[in-house]
Order: sequence, then structure tokens, then C-alpha cells
Amino acid sequence: MLTSKTFIKKTKTGKILKIVREHYLRDDITCGVESCRECDGPHTLEAASTSPSEMCQGEHLLCPDTNVILHQIDVIEDHRIRNVIILQTVLEEVRHRSIPIYKRLRDILCNPDKHFYSFCNEFNKHTYVEREAGESSNDRNDRAIREAVKWYNKHLQTSRQIQTLLLTNDADNRKKALDQGIQSYTIHQYVRSLKDGKDLVDRLSLSGSKVFSGDKVQYPEHLPLSAIQKGLKTGKYLQGKFMASRENYTEANVSVADQEKMIFIQGLQNLNRAVHDDIVAIEMLKEEDWTCPSSVILVHTEEKDDTDEEEEKENLEKKRRKVPKELRQPTGKVVGIIKRNWRQYCGMLQPSIIKQATRHLVVTADKRIPKIRIETRQAADLMGQRIVVAIDNWPRTSRYPQGHFVRKLGNVGDKETENEVLLLEHDIPHAGFSEAVLNCLPTLPWEITKEDMERREDFRDLDICSVDPPGCTDIDDALHCRDLPNGNLEVGVHIADVSHFIRPGTAIDKEAERRGTTVYLTDKRIDMVPELLSSNLCSLRSNVERFAFSVIWEITNDAEIVKARYAKSVIKSKAALTYAEAQMRIDDPSMTDAVTKSLRNLNRLAKILKKKRMEKGALTLASNEVRFHIDSETHDPIDVETKQIRETNSMVEEFMLLANVSTAQKTLQEFPDCSCLRRHPCPPPSNFDPLIKAAQSKGFRIDVSSGKALADSLERAVLPDDPYFNVMLRIMTTRCMAQAVYFCSGMLPPSEYIHYGLAAEIYTHFTSPIRRYSDIIVHRLLAVCIGADASYPELTDKYKTQAVCNNLNYRHKMAQYAGRASVNLHTHIFFKNRHVDNEGYVLFVRKNALQVLIPKYGLEATLYLDSKTVTFEYDEQEHTQTCGEKVFRVFDRVIVQLTIDQSNLQHLKLQTKLVEPKIEGFSVPPSTPSETSDEPPLKKKKKT
Amino acid sequence: MAGLELLSDQGFRIDGRRSHELRKIQCKLGVFSQADGSAYVEQGNTKVLAAVYGPHEIRGSRSKLLQDKVLVNCQYSMATFSTSERKRRPRGDRKSQEMTMHLQQTFNAAILTSLHPRSQIDIFVEVLQSDGGNYCASVNAATLAVIDAGIPMKDYVCACSASYLGDSPIVDINYLEESSGSPEITVAVLPKSEQIVFLEMNGRLHEDNLSKVVDMAVKGCKDVYGVLDRTVREHVSQVGSSLET
Repeated sequence: MLTSKTFIKKTKTGKILKIVREHYLRDDITCGVESCRECDGPHTLEAASTSPSEMCQGEHLLCPDTNVILHQIDVIEDHRIRNVIILQTVLEEVRHRSIPIYKRLRDILCNPDKHFYSFCNEFNKHTYVEREAGESSNDRNDRAIREAVKWYNKHLQTSRQIQTLLLTNDADNRKKALDQGIQSYTIHQYVRSLKDGKDLVDRLSLSGSKVFSGDKVQYPEHLPLSAIQKGLKTGKYLQGKFMASRENYTEANVSVADQEKMIFIQGLQNLNRAVHDDIVAIEMLKEEDWTCPSSVILVHTEEKDDTDEEEEKENLEKKRRKVPKELRQPTGKVVGIIKRNWRQYCGMLQPSIIKQATRHLVVTADKRIPKIRIETRQAADLMGQRIVVAIDNWPRTSRYPQGHFVRKLGNVGDKETENEVLLLEHDIPHAGFSEAVLNCLPTLPWEITKEDMERREDFRDLDICSVDPPGCTDIDDALHCRDLPNGNLEVGVHIADVSHFIRPGTAIDKEAERRGTTVYLTDKRIDMVPELLSSNLCSLRSNVERFAFSVIWEITNDAEIVKARYAKSVIKSKAALTYAEAQMRIDDPSMTDAVTKSLRNLNRLAKILKKKRMEKGALTLASNEVRFHIDSETHDPIDVETKQIRETNSMVEEFMLLANVSTAQKTLQEFPDCSCLRRHPCPPPSNFDPLIKAAQSKGFRIDVSSGKALADSLERAVLPDDPYFNVMLRIMTTRCMAQAVYFCSGMLPPSEYIHYGLAAEIYTHFTSPIRRYSDIIVHRLLAVCIGADASYPELTDKYKTQAVCNNLNYRHKMAQYAGRASVNLHTHIFFKNRHVDNEGYVLFVRKNALQVLIPKYGLEATLYLDSKTVTFEYDEQEHTQTCGEKVFRVFDRVIVQLTIDQSNLQHLKLQTKLVEPKIEGFSVPPSTPSETSDEPPLKKKKKT
Repeated sequence: MAGLELLSDQGFRIDGRRSHELRKIQCKLGVFSQADGSAYVEQGNTKVLAAVYGPHEIRGSRSKLLQDKVLVNCQYSMATFSTSERKRRPRGDRKSQEMTMHLQQTFNAAILTSLHPRSQIDIFVEVLQSDGGNYCASVNAATLAVIDAGIPMKDYVCACSASYLGDSPIVDINYLEESSGSPEITVAVLPKSEQIVFLEMNGRLHEDNLSKVVDMAVKGCKDVYGVLDRTVREHVSQVGSSLET
């Protein structure tokens, strides 16, 4: 069965080595065709008796080459393309050239409805070909593919007449194939011949076959990879991640691996066709050519689209001359692309002037992505719809990248469509749970068995209650507190035992790991685990028995912890309260039941704990969080309010922090190498510059030397006549912070474990396993620590844990962005039919605009100062804008009018107009009786 | 860009084997006439020569003499040309010393040592080409050489390595699989009684998976035994027929 064949390969690893590897050729690899009598084994291919194609009448199988897969994966994924042989040669080449496409291809291979079969031609003794002298590896692979197709044709001849078609867009390859008697077509020919595939044609990628020229823009050529690698080694070029600016489409930053400061890039020529998220090679410009961001918010408007190149250059020149030396930033230009990170983008067709045109521009929803040129015949149909497109290439003669249409999402403005866009743009897995996942759920009615009780501690008689925001259905924490005979208190935090239901390695576990977190949109929740668990079996609702993972402390009356212990338990919550209800119980002296008593004790302890934490230097940060009141029928927002903060919020938070820190210590002690922790790195001092400057303008000094110093100086910076000043400072501080991230303890030195914001040496997430996957890992670790559960291989593998952490960090960031985008969306809907005047504060002063914060809606609006009648003078040093008598500074109070600009449907814009202070020719008269809010501004502590 | 895929979705390893398949084994007995016993074993690209001298009187220091059993003296060395980069020292480095000790332990357990008290058996092993599984090939070659020398043993000693990739065990790992960072388990067994005489593990493996990998390795040893036994029988019948004429 084994025939051995060795081949010789030379590789370079510093030195030149001769590597000899064995290569076994086998005769037991089956063809995978159903009707084949010779081969048994899996039959995934079934040639249908009726051919879907007009061109090829008989039964046939398809065999695409590597480039067809790489460029046309969108078409290949379509359900009409079936019965395809994926050769091992092709699979390996795809794997080397594009991991995302490889993943998609693998998913197709797993899908039984697609009838895709991967044929290991390299290991088959009939189809293996040796590389000939002087033959390039590409040519060898092409030959291997042809050889495999030829074998298939010969092999299937004996049983039934089944043709195998080679799909390749390489003319040379096609010619060679025809010479050998292999039927061969381009993918374009084949798709056009499909009987029901007219719309599939639109999805074909252009793959360089047609280049739109005629644009005035000509980009410099990209360097080949070999030249880039050489340059990287000598230090001539730098490698980094390209991050386009949201505010200005001609600017971008590149974060270079080991440099703290980002490299700035300006001008379309210098950006040189790099797209957001690409890995690029850059070359630094000469120091006298360095510039700085134009701090002008340049809106990508229709008129500016085809800005003349010369004009642009001139502008650039002008700007550069203006840039004073001290403001110049390290500036570079893109010389080559190391790796494209293109994904699919949501967008809308830009209306074309010519009616019957087939070439269209798609304006993407993400402002950092350029417009994409596509070819479609269904333009009329797609107008006013949200669509998904993919980029294929970006030739140097084209102003915009070229792409193709993938699918449509729905009408613009529909809440459903907009939500879909939001989820797609933030890469949030939001499809329903698969059958395999749902099969992992316990069957109803679910009951606690005797064995369960034996293994768990019985806390059903304790007076446990939960405190959550109103309308919360996924309750994952509950508390209790009772007196101990020795005068101390016993406090218990009970967390839903999700890891009991989600066993490692099951489909539900994998899905939860992929999703990473539950995503909360304003009107929708995308669950991490199916609803049965999140809202029922795991949710610690009142008066039902539920499994919990409990942390029990013995605490003295001064909130000193005597000891902590952990246990899997069964609890029965006595009450599921909202923050307001809990607050009422505490404040109402007539209530003396056990739950209320324990709440009072908890509240008292929480205050002491909080004070201790503050003394250690924990920061109280502020951010604006708002709640929409949603109309029950139209689901449109009818009112907005900022979230209220009560003592009880802080009470729950304090104990959650305590539980998190305790578990972090326990798991780290037991698993120093593979604990899943959360850290919040110290931000570099330069991050605080804007904050220090802003505070200085009001005469306060902010000390950022340590967390404690910062907290203290924030505490001192209070203006008695402007209560909102301090809140704004705290909002600004939040913006200076680095992101908190999950990590695996074995991957970093212990000195980097710290959590800056909470002033904790170590920290983790333990208390919300229903909505965060990290907590599930921590639960499992802790369960192993106390001997309640067995460990499994992946749990103790630090690389796997770190990989999971990386995914979680990404998902969390995306979930946050999506949440914000959803609030934005609702703000737009809310202001659609409203004209309101509001009080606001200047948060930042820019070159042509003021960034105004409106506390009532927790909204940041941009007030453009580009009036034709009056001129504003911008002072770059002091950050002020002056118009005649009026001077605008940071923290100034203004009154603005908010409306929605509906001229561009894709990006509904919130338009801000100045009402007060009055500037002749610029400000607008107040609308209707101006409703200024008297409500005291509320601050919300930042959730960490 | 992407690293090597050691085990594909279709269940093939990098060299075209399935996870339970051994590399091709070729072996030969009696390759030298000067030594009392000798053998040559190829396991894929790993090639090993073994020579056995003895039992004979203790050579060198008499202090090594054992009153009740034979002294098994091993020497493991790797030819300077056995690896893709030329080796500096063929023997005497830490790795070779360790390997020597391991061989000694293995054969002390397999040879009926009490039959030759106060004498010595020398086993010399030379790796000519190395492509993973050096210990296994050395043990297998030495077994054949000891048989060739006519020294009584409890049973053949067969060795085989195994590893764990993704979520399945793989047997008889080559250099590429060895150096990928996955755990490596090496087992030497007496195949008839299934007694393990030697077991070593490198790298980390979760205990849940240990038995799966060990079972795989033991099964590999039995397959090796089949090949070795066939060779020995062929060799003996050949020698026998040449004596008749």
C-alpha cells in the first residue's frame, strides 16, 4: 500500500540547507463520486442527471484552479455551484495565499449540500507529478491540476460518462488542457452558461480582466514583496498596520510594531491605494517634508470626489508650508502592500448620472473605506438599498478600488436593514444558533437531580436577592449577607453556573467562544448563548432553584476580609430587584425583612470598600450613557434620558469587583501559567496632553504621574459655578485611557498584570458568564481549583488561552463599537422630526469646527464654523476660535440647535447650529420656547 | 505565510501517511562479519547501524564487573553527516550520553542478564541518517543485532514514538513532526507480553490524552515487531539453507 518516494527541497533559513522529506504515494485515495463502482469511501460528489449549464450538456464535475478560488470565492460559495473537486494542490496554494479564503473554502467543504470533495492528488500515485528541471512551481502545480483532471476523466469513463471540466482563467493553461483533450472553460464562461444564474454574473470578480482607465489619478507602482523584504531588513522601510482616518479621507496613520508613536501619512499619492487594516510597508519622508493632521474635518462630499490632482498637490504644498516645525509629526508614504486585509463591506450605490450605466460607485458605510467601483446591471433595483460588496483589486490607474456586488440587505432606513449593516460592519456573528448548538441544550422540563444536590452546597434557605437594571432577563449575579455568631458578617456573591451547561468542546461551547460576548444594541440583544440558557436556566430569577457558583467571604464590620471560599451551589433567589427597588427598600425604614436587612449591610460594606479602593488610587471616570424610551408599536425612540446612578449600582459593582479580584488571585495561585486575567495598562504620559492643556486653561493642574495622583487632581478640579466641568474632565480622562484587555497569565511578566483604572494588582472577569465567554473560562479554572470539575487539555494550554483572549478582545471592542453605533442610529431617528435647542459644552476646538457635548442626550455633536458671511480665527496654540468679540474656548457653554440633514441617505448627519451666543449672520434664532434642561447633569462611573 | 499543516482535514500527514501508519521499515541482519552480531535498519529516512560484541570478558576497569549478571555496555553515536547541518561531535555530547543510558536501561531489561555473570556485552549504535525517531530505530536495530549475535533475550524489544496533533494521536513521527513542538512519547515494549520496558515523554500533554497516545505507540511497536520478526525468520532460513549446501 505504501510506495515511497523522496524528493529534495532546498530552503533558506539563514543558511542553505538541503532538506529531504519523504513523500508517500498511495493507491487508496478514492474519487468521491457516487456512481463510481471502483471506489468506496465517502461519496460526496453526485453528478446530477440534468446539467445546470447550457454549455456542457452532459453530467459533469468542476475542477477550479487556485486563482479561480482566490478571486471568485463569492461565486463558488453560491448554492448553484455544486459538485466541485477541490484538489489538494489547490487547497494548499489557497492556504498559503489567503487564510480567510482558505477558511471559507473549508466551510464549503464541510457543507454536505454543496457536494464539494477534496481530492488528495499529491498523495495519489496516479496523479502525482514530479517537478521538472527548470519548471517553476506554478507551472508544476498547473500541470498537477491538469493531470488530476485527466485522471478523473479516465477513471470515470469506465463506470459512466461523466465529464470533468477544468475551470481556469489562465489562457495558457486552458490551451495546454485542450491539447491534452481536457474540457476547459473560464469561470466567466461557465457562470454565464448557467441556466438560472443570470444574477451570479454580477458577483464575478473582475480580477484584472478589465481596468477602468481614464481617471486622472495615477498611483505610484507598489514595490514587489522581495524588494520590500530587503528594505525591511536594511531599515529603509517599516512594516505597520494601516489605519485610515475617520475624519479625513486623505490622511492615515500607520502603527509600526515596536514604535510607540504612529507614523502619519497624508495625501492620496502617499496613501497609495492602501485600505484600512492592510499591512503595509512605508518609507519615511525627509524631515522637512513632515506634516501634521490638518485638524480640519474634511467631509467626503460629492463635489470633492474628483478633486484635481494638481489642485490637491497645491493644497498639500500650501498646508505644508504652513506647518510650523514644532507641530510636525513623523510622516511617511506607503511603498508597498505586505498583506491585504480586505473583507466584505456594506455600502450604497451612488446615483449615477447616466441612466443605463453598468459601472457604479459604492459609498461604503465605514468612512475609512474608500468608495468601491462595481459593475452591475441591476443598478435600478439596487438604488436606495444597502448592499454588500467586496474589493477585488486596485489598479494604479484607477482612482477607486474595483469590486463586485455580493448581496443586498434591504431598504435604507429600515431599522432591520440598518441593524444588519451595523452588525455586519462590526463583524458580529448574529445568525441564529445552528441545530448542532441547540442540540446541546438540556431538555425541558429541566430538574435538579439528587446527584446534583450531592455535589453542590445547598444555599436555598439563604436570603439571596439580585439587583439589576429594569427589564433585565439575563440575571447572572445575586447577593446575600448575614450575621455570623462571632460578630463578623458572611457575604456571598452567587454567579450563574453557566459552565455546568456549556461543556468544553461541544458545539455550543465553540459557538459561545466564537461570539465571545453578548452584544447589546438599543433595541436588540444578540445572545452569546441560546435564550433557553441566557434568560431561563442560567438566569438567577426569583423563587426558582438555580445552579450557582458562589464566592463566600467572612468579612469584619470594617470590611476586612477574614477568609474567602468558593463552592458550586444551589440557590433560590428571594427577590429579583431593580436598582430603584433596592434603593427604596434600603431607604424605607419601615421595611425590616431579611432581604432588606442584608441589602443595608451590603450597602454599608460597599461604601467602606469603595473608599478603600479610592484611597488606593482607583479612578472614577465618566462617560455618557443614555437610555431611549422606545415606542411600543413603531419601535421608534420617543424620548432619551441619561442613565441614573444610584447607591445600589455602586453596591453591586463593589461586590462584583471583590469577587473578580478574589477569583483572579485564586486561579493565578493554582494556574500561574494559564489563568485568564484582565489587565488595563498604564497609559503613556503623552496620552494625557490634551487633558492637561484643557485643565490648564481653567487654571487647574492635573498630575498624571500615578493613578492616585490623577484621581486626586481630578477630585480637586471643581468649578463651583459649573458643576459639569468636572464631569467633562472625567470624560476627557476616559478618552486618554488605554483599552483594558484579556490575556493569559503565562504570556506576560507579572509586573504587567496590573489594572490601572481599578488600581488592582490583578483582575479578571468572573461575574457575568451569561454574556461573556472569558467568565466561562474563569469558572472552569476555578472549578478545577476547588476540585468541582475536571480539567481538559485546552484549559491548561497557554497558547490556546491566549488565542481565545485575543478573539475576546476583538469581539468586545467590536461589541462596544456596535453599541455606540446603535445609539447613534437611534439618535438620528429620534431627531428626524425634531428641532430642539439644547445646552452644550465645548469639548474640543478644531480648525474649522467645535466639538460640542450635549449632556442631556449624552451626545457629541460637531458644530462647523464654515460660514460664508462671518470669519472665525483659529488660534492653534490656545485652542480658541474667535469671531469678532466672541471667543470660543474649551468648556464654554453654548446653546445649539439639532436637526437631521437628510441630503445624504447613507450617512444621516446630525446638523448642529449655533443659537447662543448670538453671532450675526451665523447663529440661528431659537426654535420654539427653548427648552433648556434644568436637570442636574449626572455622571456615570465607567464600567470596567 | 501559513505554517505547515501537519495533519490535513482529509486525515493525511505531511508526508502522505495516515495517522496510524508507520514509515516504511527495511532491515537486514548480519551486515558485518567482524562483529558477533550486526543489523541495519531504515525507518523512512532514519538509518541506523548496530553492532554487538560479546558476551566476553570485562574490558577496561574491572571495577565495572558484576558478580551476578552481565554488564550491558552501550554506545550511541550519530555520524557527522547524519543531519542536514554537519554535526561537530559524533558522540559524547549530552544528548548522546542520555541516549546511551536509555539504550542501556532498555537492554538490561530485555537481555537475560543472569545467564552470563562476570562478563560484558557491547552494543554499538551508529545513526547514519537522522529524520526523527532515532531512539526507536536504534532500539530496533540493536534488537536485531543482539538476535544476530545469538544472545538470549526475553523477547524482541521494539520501540516506537507517537505524538498528539489537534485531537488525534499519530504514530512514528518524523523529524518535522518532532520539531513542531507537539508532545513526543517514546515507548519500548516486549511485544508478546506487552510489557513496557521504557517510556519517555517530551513536551506537555494533558493526562486525558496520555492513554490514547501510549496505546497508539504500543500498537506501533507491535507493527514494528511484525516486520522485525519476518526479517529474522527470512534471515535464519537463508542462513540455514546456505549451511545445508
